Amino acid sequence: MDINQTLSSYSDWCYGIAVGAYVVAMLFYLYEQAFGYRRRVAAGKRELVAVGAGGSESVEEPEETVLERDNRAERVGKLAVSLTVFGVMLHVAALALRGLATHRAPWGNMYEFGAVLCLVAVGTWLVVLRKYPVRHLGVWVLLPVVVLMFLGGVLLYTTAAPVQPALQSYWLVIHVFTIASGSGILLVPGVVSILYLLKVRKPAWATRLPAADVLDQVAYRATVRATVFAFPIYTAGVIFGAIWAEESWGRFWGWDPKETVAFVAWVVYAAYLHSRATAGWRGGRAAIINIVGMAAMIFNLFFINLVTAGLHSYAGV
Amino acid sequence: VIALLRNTWRGLTSMRTALVLLFLLALAALPGALLPQRSLNAQKVDDYVASHGWWGQLLDRLEFYNVYGSVWFSAVYLLLFISLVGCLLPRSLDYAKAARGKPVITPRNLARLPHHHETTVDATPSEVMATAKERLKGWRLQEREEEDGARSISAERGYLRETGNLVFHFAMLGLIIALAIGKMYQYEGQVVVLANGSQFCNSGTLSYDTFRPGLRVDGTDLDPFCVKVDDFTANFLPTGQADYYRADIEYQSGEDLTTNTWRPYKLEVNSPLRTAGDRVYLLSHGYAPVFTVTFPDGKKRTHTTQWRPVNQMTYLSEGATKFDPPGVTDPAQRRQRQLAITGLFAPTAVMQGDLLGSAFPDMRDPAVAIDVLKGDLGNESGRGQSIYEVDQEMVDSGRLKRVARENMRPGDQITLDDGTKISFDGVQRWVYLQVSHDPSQVWVLVFAVLIVLGLGTSLVIKRRRLWVRAVPADGGTVLLLGGLARTDQAGYGEEFGRVTEDLLDELVPEREHADAVTGRET
Repeated sequence: MDINQTLSSYSDWCYGIAVGAYVVAMLFYLYEQAFGYRRRVAAGKRELVAVGAGGSESVEEPEETVLERDNRAERVGKLAVSLTVFGVMLHVAALALRGLATHRAPWGNMYEFGAVLCLVAVGTWLVVLRKYPVRHLGVWVLLPVVVLMFLGGVLLYTTAAPVQPALQSYWLVIHVFTIASGSGILLVPGVVSILYLLKVRKPAWATRLPAADVLDQVAYRATVRATVFAFPIYTAGVIFGAIWAEESWGRFWGWDPKETVAFVAWVVYAAYLHSRATAGWRGGRAAIINIVGMAAMIFNLFFINLVTAGLHSYAGV
Repeated sequence: VIALLRNTWRGLTSMRTALVLLFLLALAALPGALLPQRSLNAQKVDDYVASHGWWGQLLDRLEFYNVYGSVWFSAVYLLLFISLVGCLLPRSLDYAKAARGKPVITPRNLARLPHHHETTVDATPSEVMATAKERLKGWRLQEREEEDGARSISAERGYLRETGNLVFHFAMLGLIIALAIGKMYQYEGQVVVLANGSQFCNSGTLSYDTFRPGLRVDGTDLDPFCVKVDDFTANFLPTGQADYYRADIEYQSGEDLTTNTWRPYKLEVNSPLRTAGDRVYLLSHGYAPVFTVTFPDGKKRTHTTQWRPVNQMTYLSEGATKFDPPGVTDPAQRRQRQLAITGLFAPTAVMQGDLLGSAFPDMRDPAVAIDVLKGDLGNESGRGQSIYEVDQEMVDSGRLKRVARENMRPGDQITLDDGTKISFDGVQRWVYLQVSHDPSQVWVLVFAVLIVLGLGTSLVIKRRRLWVRAVPADGGTVLLLGGLARTDQAGYGEEFGRVTEDLLDELVPEREHADAVTGRET
């Protein structure tokens, strides 16, 4: 089975344009956040004016200008979401083309794994967006995605190729996809937890982050629900990995570095779920645990793959 | 003392302790990923210790190279195990009680619940109750008469949540126990077998090159089976990347051993042979050059010894094929005339000057670059020696001397000064097999599946309560509804709204749908 070079280069173009779309979407989200924020300040001032003046006529004019600006920010925000969706479509196309070019599941090396993980993360973000009013967080969610995809595309890029015998198994489809999905979903609550923590702790430089009321309530609930949703998926992914390891390496668990850190991350997320049931651990501390969990995931992806040598290293990456 | 014990027990089984222990477990597992581990690569550990001086030795003494068998790691997971048991016992009792218990009594003021609705209907209280019961099929119900003539139903649903939770935790316990049993009775051995019809039988630890037994395995009672490796096929892409490996083997176990029946099997990387309760894996492969030595007296000896790949990409291999002179009984005489052929083998030879290199892992143009050594191999020195090398000490002390150096292709022959002829006949392949035995691993799988199922159930299903109260009023009934989710409010509002809607549709047939009820979340 030969590699289809044409499809492979189409895939690379889609990947590139998808990253571009995400970057532009980020700028738009940023615009909305910046101007949406000023609107809130202006609205506060208007109330002060209204109270101070005691009359209704003097307030009307500033209110109108404020609303106009608000609308534009809102439109830009919606445009950002459309761009994100556009990016996701190209992202899907990039993976699909790569799969067609190589006649296998398009997650056989680190570059492709990162692409799947990021796709799931952006997808999760869009789903969260439908349920919770958190559009202003968009730039912060897309930031790690864009960074990961940039690193993947520039440093870890691998030419489309078949995989070696150890990876030729239907477990590649099942295990790697489940793990990428679990990790991708968990990326979103991880990022939101960082914002949450910054907002709760209120360091001086973080004042421009979205309003505390929205972030505290909604973001926290979205975080919990996304983590709760992803945890069983991730658990299943680890177990699929163990089943595959039994078939391929001769044992289901051997404390290979990748397995170890996957176990560590699993324990951390288990602790996160337990923390919700323990008084005094909700909120800030739970957010810290979530961040630690995400840190373990990222450590597992980069450090373990690139620095330590384990059974999970295939063809360098 | 009892108080102390009780307090220790309580402290140990509290959720806060469990959390701390979970973190300790995560922390304790981490060094295993960062430091080399004896169980994975003993050589790497020795190198690490050697290159890190006192620090490396301190880590060694603190069992950092054997994290998962260390005292401190065991301590953490044993404490966690106790904590888990201590948490599960009371919860199971509560669960058993709740399973027989009745839904709690209807609160006095339903309007204070997060979800509530109030309306007046024409139906009588008993009609209302009947309709409500019909609608709340599948819920656990308890109907009560209240003091002022009102009647109420308490309904509760989602008991499976706690079931799933308990299943998850008990499956954890089961998994740990199954793992422990596995550690007792498992064994694992590796062996090199030539792919020329050679046989391997799982008869004892001596048949293996390396063997790692479980704590209760002494190697006398291995599952009997035999494997015969007939052929090995490897296919490589033009880049040198492996495409597939396949060993054509035959095996016999159980009845077949007595009737000497061989069954064929295609052993591949992701498809181990499962027989007699053991698994046979194809781990890797390599080349074994075939040399024939014709001694001056005309006697011939042919040896096929595996050489080990030194480069995994090109399969350039090194090794030592050793010969004893035939018909020499005097040990001193023999030690003068032993032969060793050592050097490099390349499956696809490229010459870089005089140096032999390999360009491709497949056998396209095989060649060897050999030294022939003659003298005392040191087999009787009492020291163990590698089959891939000659004993360097024998060379250094001059008891093993180089008598020839040559590059050869298959069919080439050289003649030594004393008339000994050495010919390079060809190359055979060998496979590296692993035999694994773990009687409890199927139980580990069962518990792992239960873990996922329990986890899913406990996270998806919500425990929720609903109350219906019918208070008799002039010409009808005041119907009050209240709802409360016990764990997570999210999503319960819609369900409460649906129940209310259905009840009202049933009780007020002519009702217009304009004022659709939705459960309010507060």
